Amino acid sequence: MNNYETVFILTPVLSDAQMKEAVDKFKVLLTDQGAEIVNEENWGLRKLAYPIDKKNTGFYCFLEFKAEPTVIDRLEINFRRDERVIRFLTVKQDHFAFEYAEKRRNNKGGEKKQEPKPVQEDVADVADVVVETEEAKED
Amino acid sequence: MVKQSEIRYLTPLSVDVKKKKYCRFKKNGIKYIDYKDPDFLKKFLNEQGKILPRRITGTSLKFQRRIAQAVKRARHIALLPYVTDLMK
Repeated sequence: MNNYETVFILTPVLSDAQMKEAVDKFKVLLTDQGAEIVNEENWGLRKLAYPIDKKNTGFYCFLEFKAEPTVIDRLEINFRRDERVIRFLTVKQDHFAFEYAEKRRNNKGGEKKQEPKPVQEDVADVADVVVETEEAKED
Repeated sequence: MVKQSEIRYLTPLSVDVKKKKYCRFKKNGIKYIDYKDPDFLKKFLNEQGKILPRRITGTSLKFQRRIAQAVKRARHIALLPYVTDLMK
């Protein structure tokens, strides 16, 4: 079993219910094949940095799961077949990524689960560190 | 006649000793660079969204590779643009 994380973007034309259904479809697909979902995040409707399929926004979804490598092939085939998914990225978490992901989950644990922009919290964390370095630079 | 102060401006005296660059990841013990955090990654990009070279940021080779990886992943999922003008 490896740890994976996947980000996928759904078209903005879907209604909330349709979007949930699409996410559930992939979750069921994963669990059916013996994968264990560790974390699920919904980043909501975000602006894309560049248009994809002539769309400027998209629903970002993020899943973390434990699975056998063979599951990934199946998952990605399904992503490609599904017209609602306009972009996806699956990454295997290495040792450092896993630690980081754990920390990220714990940071988020204190807050509400369906935060509209959970990413922002982490941004703030890292930003703090960066500010420190920049102050050091000016010395 | 050129004033003394202007001459000094054109040929600066010994400019303060070069600051030693350092790798902020090594210094701060950051081990993983998250591709899901575009605001952080923007520090390593120029106005056009190109990755800045190591000689400017001072990042070590090991982390420069990881930055590059993270930036490319972020571009794929449209968190960062491939090409742009005036990003900041």
